[in-house]
Amino acid sequence: MATTIHPPATPGIDDRSRLKATSGNGGGRCLVPEGGTLRGVRDYAPPPSSTAIWVFVGAVCMTFAALTSALVVRKGGALDWQHFTLPSILYLNTVVLLASSVTIEIARRRVATFMTGGREAASHPARWLYITLILGLVFLAGQYVAWRQLYAQGLYLATFPSSSFFYVFTAAHALHLFGGLVGMARVIRKLKLHVLRRSTLDATVRYWHFMDVLWIYLLILLWAKL
Amino acid sequence: MHDMSAQAHAAHHAPTGFIRKYVFSLDHKVIGKQYYGLAFFAAIIGMILSWIMRVHLGWTNFAIPGLHLLSKNGAPGDILTPEYYLQLMTMHGTIMVFFVLTTAPFAAFGNFFLPIQVGAEDMPFPRFNMMSFWVTFVSFLVMIAAFFVGDGPSLAGWTQYAPLSAVGPAAGPGQGMGEVLWASSIAIFCVGQLLGSLNFITTTLDMRTQGMSLWRMPLTTWAWFITSVMGLTAFAVLMPACILLVLDHVAGTSFFVPSNLVINDQLQPHSGGSTLLWQHLFWFFGHPEVYIAIVPAMGIVSHILMANIRRPLLSHRALIYSMGAIAVLSYMVYGHHMFVSGMNPISSIAFSFPTLVITIPATIIVLIWLGSLYGSKIRLNSACLFSLGMISMFISGGVSGFFLAQPSLDIMLHATYFVVGHFHFVMAVAAMFGIFAGTYFWFPKMYGRMMNETLGKIHFILTFIGAYCIFMPFHYLGMAGNVRRYQAFTDDYLQPLIPVHRFITIAAVATGAVQAIFLYNFIHSRFWGKPAPENPWEATSLEWSTTSPPPFDNFGGKLPVVYHDPYQYGVEGPAGDYVMQTDPTQIQLESDEA
Repeated sequence: MATTIHPPATPGIDDRSRLKATSGNGGGRCLVPEGGTLRGVRDYAPPPSSTAIWVFVGAVCMTFAALTSALVVRKGGALDWQHFTLPSILYLNTVVLLASSVTIEIARRRVATFMTGGREAASHPARWLYITLILGLVFLAGQYVAWRQLYAQGLYLATFPSSSFFYVFTAAHALHLFGGLVGMARVIRKLKLHVLRRSTLDATVRYWHFMDVLWIYLLILLWAKL
Repeated sequence: MHDMSAQAHAAHHAPTGFIRKYVFSLDHKVIGKQYYGLAFFAAIIGMILSWIMRVHLGWTNFAIPGLHLLSKNGAPGDILTPEYYLQLMTMHGTIMVFFVLTTAPFAAFGNFFLPIQVGAEDMPFPRFNMMSFWVTFVSFLVMIAAFFVGDGPSLAGWTQYAPLSAVGPAAGPGQGMGEVLWASSIAIFCVGQLLGSLNFITTTLDMRTQGMSLWRMPLTTWAWFITSVMGLTAFAVLMPACILLVLDHVAGTSFFVPSNLVINDQLQPHSGGSTLLWQHLFWFFGHPEVYIAIVPAMGIVSHILMANIRRPLLSHRALIYSMGAIAVLSYMVYGHHMFVSGMNPISSIAFSFPTLVITIPATIIVLIWLGSLYGSKIRLNSACLFSLGMISMFISGGVSGFFLAQPSLDIMLHATYFVVGHFHFVMAVAAMFGIFAGTYFWFPKMYGRMMNETLGKIHFILTFIGAYCIFMPFHYLGMAGNVRRYQAFTDDYLQPLIPVHRFITIAAVATGAVQAIFLYNFIHSRFWGKPAPENPWEATSLEWSTTSPPPFDNFGGKLPVVYHDPYQYGVEGPAGDYVMQTDPTQIQLESDEA
């Protein structure tokens, strides 16, 4: 294939235009240009935690999609499906969770300002994170109350298929949300130790918003299907 | 990229204590070796189980000395009961699919080599990586525990079809505690693989070194990346399915058990569950799982072949696109496992079409391999031989897939040994050959010593012949109507086939025994093998530009810079007919001259 070797020159690398021009057989091509710069092929790489949170969100979406399809299939062919009214406290919990999304967004902005040396919110940068943490715990407590209310009505995990799905969906969401709370506690700790990275903060906030959106989806699903 | 890599490195320095260095290690290389060790051990268990089953199939009343020690009730007088045969079959399939074929080519080699091949010092989340292995290890212990509790492991097969898997102890031995352990183990396994996939994806996307664009990644890295995307989506579906299965057992729910089901004269206390629901959830995972096993082997074989034919494949990109197409299509074909499940026949046609379509990218990959081999001056070392063997197995198993993809033929063949022959060739043995090829190729880099080539070649020849002697007759048995999952063949029409089973049994025991050569070669070379140079195969990718074995931070404190695509073979370089990715030497192609 190759016949000529140039002496090792200044380290160079191909640029994108050349890559395209010779595409189609990337495995066998020599792509060292003359006078190219290394900057040419550096792909944009976001911080791993930013990528990781999207990847994780994708996996969680798959899990809930699987459970949703299970609900649809199970209900579709069932003669034993019994509808029941969702406990009204769930709507209050929803408001609490929505509020927590607002507070964590405020927290993100304040902490970001703090991290970039802004004077605003320089004191107590973690305050809104604490508020979000508390709202998250209130939400979990509210979900527990909803379960107790169903218990009081005699609706247990195995009573009806609809109640089974209610407990499975809400427990799975609560577990994931608890993971978000642990992540937030970690962010607060890192903030106090002055080792918090911006990407970690952003990833945690994104996850929390995702928990919010996921809950809205689940509420609509449970309201419509149960 | 460098900043993040440095951060990952800074997160953990080279450990000195034994526990941190070898047990709860954060180093991706140690974790890779741990995965390999787990797969090695699991493969031995899985193989012994297959021996027991094969001996029983050939000589049903033959007493295997000591078998009663495994289970007094399952093997009274050292002879398997029909139920215990099914229990061993379930464990053979489960252990092999999850703890060998998923663990070795993907988790073991991927953990060790993916960060090195992209020029990173480690994965971005080393603690998740460590958890990934130990969670998998716990999952393995839970699975093995089923041998020692209650009445043994589950007998429902590795596919665990409901309602058999969901009704509890009334369905037979192992369907109580054994079944709960099975479903719990697999749910735990899913968590481990999700953590691993998360690391693989982020390493590939975010940790590449300077100059390492996506298209400059070796085919192995691409294969692991594609596999981790499949793993992430597939295991995320299997996990809730297993949790629902556990709930049917321990909480009295009715997700998978239908109404009015009477088993062993007992009316089951369930109502309205959907048996097909389990199949949908399982096969949505199960078919991508086939590719989770084979795609890394495809990458490994391509990587090794190029180093031995000393030229690049016909098309690097077509192979990557084909692996990607397989990954996408693998989610659309899962219904072909359910042609005879009572599913709507229109659905069968809908699933049949993508099943036939998925053979196109698979065929493209095979044609690229064969076309690249044509006219090449090949170096026939052990790694190369096993790569060729993998191609052979993949083609043999793939061809029988054409028949099974058609619902009308599948109705006749699905419950016969034809299917057993098909999936063992195309998935199990092909992936095993990929694992062997990877071991012979990367052993010098992993352990700093060379394996014995003569023993490697003997191992290949005997294993290659043995594999064909075992699995090719399965197709013949299937065409003759020999049903699978039976523990003995007492029907008249099956009697003439028993000699074929005996031949297969002898071949299986002999081929299994041949693996002792590999075991000896591995252990002996590990401690007493010839010290390995940095680049014994004159290969080009980044793992060969560092010492054997690599230092804790992979590249001795300085990240490499990449100047070339991964496979610059057949060119004139400073050290021979290749130019490494890190070599700034400029190469001029004939096409450029023209």
